[in-house]
Amino acid sequence: MSDPIPWLILLPLLWGLLSFLLGARRGDQVAVVCLVIQLALVALLVGQVVSEGRQYYAVGGWGAPLGINLHVDGLASVMLLLTHVVILPLGIYARYYFSHDVKGVGYFWPMLGFMSAAINTLFMSDDIFNIYVTIELLGLAAVGLVGIAGNTESILAAIRYLLVTLLGSGVYLAGVALIYGSYGSVSLTVLEPLIENEVSVAVFLAAILMLVGLLLKTALFPFHFWLPSAHGGALTPVSALLSALVIKASFYLILRMWLGVYAPLATIPTAQLLGGLGAVAILWGSVMAFNQTRLKMLIAYSTVAQIGYFFLLFPLITEVGSGAAEIAMQGGVIQLVAHALAKAAMFAASGVMILSMGKDNIALLSGISSRLPLTLFTFALAGVTLMGLPPTGGFIAKWLMVSSAVISGQWIWVVVMILGGLLSAGYVFKVLRQALLPAAAEMKFRPVNPPLEWPAFLLAFMSLSLSFVSGNVLNILGAG
Amino acid sequence: MSVNECLLLLVLASSLVPGVIIFFLPESRIRLRTLLNLTGAILKLLLIGYMLWGIQHNQIYIFRHNLLPNLELVLKVDALAALFVTLSAALWLLTTFYAVGYLERSPHRSRFFGFFSLCVTATVGVAMAGNLFTFFIFYELLTLSTYPLVVHRGTEAAIRAGNIYLIYTLSGGAVLLVGIIWLYSLLGQVEFIYGGVVAALDSKYSPQLQIIFLLLIIGLGVKAALVPLHGWLPQAMVAPAPVSALLHAVAVVKAGAFGIIRIVYEVYGVEYSQSINLLTPLAIAASITIIWGSLRALWQDDLKRRLAYSTVSQVSYIVLGVSLCSPVSTIGGIVHLVHQGIMKITLFFCAGNYAETLGIHKISEMNGVGWRMPWTSLAFCIAALGMMGAPLTAGYISKLYLNQGAEIADQMWASWALTASSILNAAYFLPIMYRFWFKAQPQTWVQERIHARGRWETHGLLLIPPLVSAAATLVAGIFADTDWSPLYWVKLIVKREYLP
Repeated sequence: MSDPIPWLILLPLLWGLLSFLLGARRGDQVAVVCLVIQLALVALLVGQVVSEGRQYYAVGGWGAPLGINLHVDGLASVMLLLTHVVILPLGIYARYYFSHDVKGVGYFWPMLGFMSAAINTLFMSDDIFNIYVTIELLGLAAVGLVGIAGNTESILAAIRYLLVTLLGSGVYLAGVALIYGSYGSVSLTVLEPLIENEVSVAVFLAAILMLVGLLLKTALFPFHFWLPSAHGGALTPVSALLSALVIKASFYLILRMWLGVYAPLATIPTAQLLGGLGAVAILWGSVMAFNQTRLKMLIAYSTVAQIGYFFLLFPLITEVGSGAAEIAMQGGVIQLVAHALAKAAMFAASGVMILSMGKDNIALLSGISSRLPLTLFTFALAGVTLMGLPPTGGFIAKWLMVSSAVISGQWIWVVVMILGGLLSAGYVFKVLRQALLPAAAEMKFRPVNPPLEWPAFLLAFMSLSLSFVSGNVLNILGAG
Repeated sequence: MSVNECLLLLVLASSLVPGVIIFFLPESRIRLRTLLNLTGAILKLLLIGYMLWGIQHNQIYIFRHNLLPNLELVLKVDALAALFVTLSAALWLLTTFYAVGYLERSPHRSRFFGFFSLCVTATVGVAMAGNLFTFFIFYELLTLSTYPLVVHRGTEAAIRAGNIYLIYTLSGGAVLLVGIIWLYSLLGQVEFIYGGVVAALDSKYSPQLQIIFLLLIIGLGVKAALVPLHGWLPQAMVAPAPVSALLHAVAVVKAGAFGIIRIVYEVYGVEYSQSINLLTPLAIAASITIIWGSLRALWQDDLKRRLAYSTVSQVSYIVLGVSLCSPVSTIGGIVHLVHQGIMKITLFFCAGNYAETLGIHKISEMNGVGWRMPWTSLAFCIAALGMMGAPLTAGYISKLYLNQGAEIADQMWASWALTASSILNAAYFLPIMYRFWFKAQPQTWVQERIHARGRWETHGLLLIPPLVSAAATLVAGIFADTDWSPLYWVKLIVKREYLP
């Protein structure tokens, strides 16, 4: 096991299969143990990237252009580490969650294994066709996870999600075909020097198709329509996984191609367009979140808004001074990490509260502060991260991104970011306020398995302490 | 890490750690909770006492931690920070005693005391922040930790007040953040240094610096309740009395005023601020606030509301002193940071006592209350006289220096504003005092909850804190010339600000 890269793909596939064969009762133990091993493998890999630089792996010993290359650079390292830091607490959370709510448990662990394998491969892929395979796999695993709740609502959400994800990857694949037709290669490393400022219509079209396909999967406004029902209607551990990780995967691809292979085509108007859509997403998502009556729908719409933040990154890194671009990039990556941790924590905490209330309804939250203080505190911490207030990782991200916008003189994005923070305070405090009210006399809270509260708290605590280790995260980003 | 660095962290930890433990304590562990609270508060005072001694012996207390390559967390206790830290720690101890008595038998005490400790941690952090980035962190933490205290009662009025409080303070914080980041983009890291750091910039930046100053003052002015940004303060008085006391005396409004002091003297520098015409508009805004707050106070029948408008007015004395551009008025302004604190906390303690003991919330219900609760009323009268600027009280010293400063700076209009405010202060405090002693008692009180027992007109823990702070009001006034008075310390600060 000298090289961790192949194991990060094989191991989750193996335990996914094994947990299916063992069944829910024993499968979850295998899964959690393997997730711990995966985390150790990722730590090893990140250590290698930091000390030796970019890591490569040629699958089967056949490198590009004939075979498949895998590579891990700084950004991929951060994403891999983030994925495993989030997925392990959520795995533990899921174990206890299914002790309350057993429906769908049989399929959860195998699907989780496949999802983990797909997302790991995606972050390490170095060619656009391989990426297509991974987003397809990831999409299918995610759709399956949404559907396991088994009720009409979640099946409908899953089917809608399935159509969107198939459409998205189909459009993306069309772009891949055009690129292959033009250059005869799908390797990003090979393509990068070939694509220049002046490209043929086919290549330009390919870039647009790939971008649109990925935007559809990332649920940037106006492609967000499928997200609230899928994220809000799934079982809680699934909602957390989808909002924290799955949408980040397609965003990661857009970012990588924007900075890499399509950098010559990444112009200011496109960047401003993406930023503009991001701004609308922030506004629309926040207002919709505020208007929800169900807790999980509120959090799902908050994801719609937060996705908008990620896209503000593009105008901040495109054709500005290198100092401003670097700061923006750092802020954007911290934002990705902070949001993943906070959103996972927030969904997990809401799941605990909903189990206790017996129903997903914000109006019933009164009195929860004395019933589940730790979980409410978790929710609040995660909320503070989303608002971008100190002393959380979200604040460091906002500080860096606003700094960058000020340096490059893009005041409009300063206003959007500041306003977005205030709007998110609106919907977070809507929940906290209700929770601080005295309990209604007839309200009966059900007891909750106490270990369920701790993984959620751990995630929120990490989103807080991110502000103290963000320097380390940026070190990893800067390596390789 | 050196001993001095540890000390700074310990000062923060002495309230943070008890606060966090208290969150996890069950409601019934009253003794342990009180013990934790008091141990933390006393430990903090001892640590600060030791640091005060150290500062006089030229010890330097500074802690630095790099979060990112160009982003440093700096804590430092200089003379100005020491003044505010001491005030916060002393009044926290007093308020803790008071709150233990006040909240007896009420629900959610663990939550209350947990956030109470966080709030003090944030205030002390604001005081000790060594650069604008650190300042902002604690400034926002203060907003977040006070919100649960404002809505603590969970009534509809409390929730509404909480909403208004959040809208004002979070928006203010956002504006402040833009200002700070903008300044950072021009100057790199902005540390607080005597005499300011901005003057080093090329003069072509002065229009930008004017806008940044405006942003910073708006952001801080929300908490300092500068008119027209003061709307949250009269609403927030629905909070329990110990919270109002702390909010009005040290925590929130003072954080704003303290920030303005830091910005004017240690970021912009008083001479540079004057040279780009920033101070006169600030002084005018402060004067308008002083008059407006006093005028509005006149019409309030609710005692705590009247006190809240009085705070609006009094906190701007600090801002006025700071912006008049003369060392003497600066002394008056900064010393008022302390004096207003001890006087206003006394008044809110007393208001809480009337409400808890007799159910009295309105001034019109206060006839003859002085004979039923003589000690509380005595404390109230001392503090109210102090607010008017009567001789022998702390308020006299503040107004003396402010008035002289206005004369020296040749800005007589400021002096007139102060005089007008003194008259208005008398107009809204004297009628209350008249009711206390010269009107006949009603047959029954509104809702008598605590009955008099012997010499104790109310619960002992409710009575002693206002008496202590009222005594402090007198001591700070009578012994202002000694070398352990707040005035002495402030003179030390001002010497350093004007002769860096």
